[in-house]
Amino acid sequence: MSGIITLTVDGTEVEVEEGSTVLQACEAAGKEVPRFCYHERLSIAGNCRMCLVEMERSPKPVASCAMPAGNGMVIKTDTPLVKKAREGVMEFMLINHPLDCPICDQGGECDLQDQAMGYGLADSRYQEEKRAVENKNMGPLISTIMTRCIHCTRCVRFATEIAGVPELGAIGRGEAMEITTYLEKALDSELSGNVVDLCPVGALTSLPYAYKARSWELSHTSTIDVMDAVGSHIRVDTRGNEVMRVLPRINDDINEEWISDKTRHHIDGLASQRIDRPYMRGANGRLAEASWDDVFAAIAKAVKKAKPSEIAALAGDLADAEAMFALKTLIETLGSPHMDCRQDGSVIGQQGQGGYLFNSTIAGLDEADAIFLIGANPRHEAAVMNARIRQNWLNSGLKVFRLGEAVDLTYPVKELGTDANILDKLVSKGGPVITALKNAKRPMIVVGAGALNRKDSAGILASVSAIAKAVNLVTPEWNGFNILHTAAARVAGLMMAFLPAKGGKATADIMKAMEKGEIKLLFNLGADELNFSQRSSNTTMIYIGSHGDHGAAQADIVLPGAAWSEKDAIYVNMEGRVQHAHKANFPPGDAREDWAILRALSAVLGKTLGFDNLDALRAALISAYPVFGNVDTAQPARPKVLGRKQAISDLPLTTAITVANRGAGNSRNFYMTCPISRASVTMAECVKAFEANNDVKAAE
Amino acid sequence: MLSDKDRIFTNIYGWQGADLTAAKERGDWDNTKALIKLGHDEVVEKVKASGLRGRGGAGFPTGLKWSFMPKEVKDRPHYLVVNADESEPGTCKDRDIIRHEPHKLIEGCLIAGFAMRANAGYIYIRGEFVNEARALQNAIDEAYEAGLLGKNAAKSGWDFDLYLHRGAGAYICGEETALIESLEGKKGQPRLKPPFPAGSGLYGCPTTVNNVETIAVVPTILRRGASWFSGLGREGNSGSKLFCISGHVNNPCNVEEEMGIPLKELIEKHAGGIRGGWDNLLAVIPGGSSTPLLPKSICDTVLMDFDSLKAEGTGLGTAGVIVMDKSTDIIKAIARISYFYKHESCGQCTPCREGTGWMYRMMDRLVKGDADIEEIDTLHDVTKQVEGHTICALGDAAAWPIQGLIRHFRPEIEKRITAWRAAAVAE
Repeated sequence: MSGIITLTVDGTEVEVEEGSTVLQACEAAGKEVPRFCYHERLSIAGNCRMCLVEMERSPKPVASCAMPAGNGMVIKTDTPLVKKAREGVMEFMLINHPLDCPICDQGGECDLQDQAMGYGLADSRYQEEKRAVENKNMGPLISTIMTRCIHCTRCVRFATEIAGVPELGAIGRGEAMEITTYLEKALDSELSGNVVDLCPVGALTSLPYAYKARSWELSHTSTIDVMDAVGSHIRVDTRGNEVMRVLPRINDDINEEWISDKTRHHIDGLASQRIDRPYMRGANGRLAEASWDDVFAAIAKAVKKAKPSEIAALAGDLADAEAMFALKTLIETLGSPHMDCRQDGSVIGQQGQGGYLFNSTIAGLDEADAIFLIGANPRHEAAVMNARIRQNWLNSGLKVFRLGEAVDLTYPVKELGTDANILDKLVSKGGPVITALKNAKRPMIVVGAGALNRKDSAGILASVSAIAKAVNLVTPEWNGFNILHTAAARVAGLMMAFLPAKGGKATADIMKAMEKGEIKLLFNLGADELNFSQRSSNTTMIYIGSHGDHGAAQADIVLPGAAWSEKDAIYVNMEGRVQHAHKANFPPGDAREDWAILRALSAVLGKTLGFDNLDALRAALISAYPVFGNVDTAQPARPKVLGRKQAISDLPLTTAITVANRGAGNSRNFYMTCPISRASVTMAECVKAFEANNDVKAAE
Repeated sequence: MLSDKDRIFTNIYGWQGADLTAAKERGDWDNTKALIKLGHDEVVEKVKASGLRGRGGAGFPTGLKWSFMPKEVKDRPHYLVVNADESEPGTCKDRDIIRHEPHKLIEGCLIAGFAMRANAGYIYIRGEFVNEARALQNAIDEAYEAGLLGKNAAKSGWDFDLYLHRGAGAYICGEETALIESLEGKKGQPRLKPPFPAGSGLYGCPTTVNNVETIAVVPTILRRGASWFSGLGREGNSGSKLFCISGHVNNPCNVEEEMGIPLKELIEKHAGGIRGGWDNLLAVIPGGSSTPLLPKSICDTVLMDFDSLKAEGTGLGTAGVIVMDKSTDIIKAIARISYFYKHESCGQCTPCREGTGWMYRMMDRLVKGDADIEEIDTLHDVTKQVEGHTICALGDAAAWPIQGLIRHFRPEIEKRITAWRAAAVAE
């Protein structure tokens, strides 16, 4: 496939790689070829016929998307024949397409509209009656107006090929052909929203966004998603100060062109349940509004009362690197060793970078030829990544094994059960999974949250490291050891060692110490998955965050922070890729960016942090942890660093605990995993439609 | 005119039995082993030399088609697929072969399969052919019992299995790649070409799809020699062919005739002439519903073969000759054909999906005359927008009959429009 072929497009010679299509050759020659059904990441359908070009020695125009480019071909894209063919196809597209652009959500960003302007005729000669098609139920996220459908089958191909839910298809023949979900069921995929982007017309549009805005009213901000640890590249569209929608940006190393439904649709949660001013628990035990001065004074009092060793800090799943760094610096300045960024209680982070990153990188999934999942459910924990694994399986028959709960991952998986003990047997006796990993050129072990927050997690990791050694998982060219993170904040936290310092307590111990009253003051930076109801009455919890969720409800002092769309911030994804997110709108009311709150507080406490603006903060962060200066590159640990195994194998292996007994790790609930998604009505509807009962009829 | 001694299908009318014994008496399965001993490439060469062109409609040289198959079986098996999805309106030749001469087809399958190095063949039969499917399955069972199929078929040393698959009643499944899709259990929609079936066909393996008649004549050609077959008919249009004559003739029939027989002779000699005499002829559709019609003036002289009909802007197609006398409402007849193609379009690609409906609706109005004269040009333009822009040939098949109508009967359409408009004004 590495050969280069030469062909002529409109008189210009152009070189393309063997295996390219004529359409790609035309693009290489700088010629625009209109198309509807063709999409780079889907199989070729060749059914819209918009991309017809003239080919020498072919009596008929050819569909350039489906025609393999050949050496010496002579292609013409600007002849009267081509023009006539395009006009013809365009006319056919439009005869049964409703002229409802003014009320169509696709209006302004519609392929059909654009190409009708570019390649169509001004008038229609069609005088017959137009076709009408009944709308289909595709669940709470996708609005269907099927009369607008031009039958390009992109959605069908996406569902079948990428999402792995072959629930979309065409029924009927000729002009009676309809795209449908067969059983009028919602599309049961975490990636279903992508069909809206793929639809070149307004047949499939976003239901939560329906009739909310016109595309030309929106401002666009390129930023990073925080709904999982993949760090998908997204574009946030805002009107005024309101986030209207989220769309994927293309990044072949991370999310390709897809985003999960949670990423796309949790955004109504950004505007509800917001903490928009400081609160303080009053004498009556209820939270009441307070001024910044009052809450800062109260905090200063509490700090003064507590000994340094009685102060602790926890960081949640959505915290940005700057806020965590500011908090860490403040806690250190106050003299406390107690802090943790792992509210899920996982054991990773103290073994160096190679021990907690997704070292094979997300793009590396394309090369893998055997994957062993341990307590990981990539379909829910990193939906976009799961599609990559499926692609690999489709293209080259990747073998996947799993220790953990059996859920459908959209590709076949060899199950090893849920008993973690099997790991030891695998080490001593081997088995098909060991053989497969051994024989693989690019073996991968993916350890998920389910295996990391157990009592015996250390033991599991020790066994994994023994397996890694046995199967040669780490070589100078390839690192097959991977941790599948679920929280956007986690890797940044681990990288800056937002972890118990010498003599410090980890999450579980901090919680226990608060029950006993040994820790009197807790700074909670958005850790909302913990239950503080047992904490002693002489403790004080300061919550800094954006949403009124578990954390704020249990706090004594609540400081209003900014949600992810409202700040310039650094997030690090599970590959160790440092990414800069950008501010798309402003925080509501008195809410401020979290690092700024901490900076202001530090001055009140008389421990002024050494940075007055974000740039200074970042400079301090990078000088302390240079790894943060390496932006937009995956940073898998070098094999040398991966002597990690040693450290893991020193830990004791507890026995007789099954992976099924783990805590909140492998969330069954894909749609509501953080304060923002829990505040989202759309996500609640998804839970109703998908998680509880699949055949709940959707809103439309 | 074809003499009886040159007839291939000697039992096309079913006057004798269709069973194996009767077939053997007619010469089928006579030393098939010797034909196979010729070797793969020699069989292909002989079929090439005979000048046999595909009998399914397109008339592609059969030997050449077979030679596209890889010369060696590598990691993927080769398949022969026989297209018995005979659905073209006006055509009923394959049906009679299956009913009365099934062993010619089965023997042909073995030989053709051998020639293209296929150990398995599939016959895809039209769903509506219930009795025909039963009859053919009986014949296949007979052949298996007699050791003519299966391991070491007909003691030739070649293993060959033959399977019968019934379609579900879609015209489009007669298109070779849609047929393959349907055979694989998918929705019958044509595939994009390239890749062609010879490279990647059934289950992604090298496949050749041939019409029933094409396959059924092969054993006789090999027995009697390529030169015998090529000696019949005209240069480039050799051999004999089954013609299906229907419509306003006194004696509708299937008949085997030499290629290149004058249409007039074909109708007068075999079909008992036009109802009411030759002068009562209005038009003939010469090759099944998809070929453009010919007015009487051309019918007087035209020869029935691929090239002669092509020169007249139509085609031999399946040789389904549909005869219409002067009692015919020719516009309505073509409108009905348009309806058929609208109904049978698979809906996959834009020009056909949208175009067939548009064309039919305009035709429907033209039947009444409810249109402007200029709309005839619009209609013609629409047919041109469909033709050649689609994935398969169904778009062409839908466009051609209308083009033929406009070419030869435009005054008739204009008259109808004028009359309707006059009546509308009078009201």
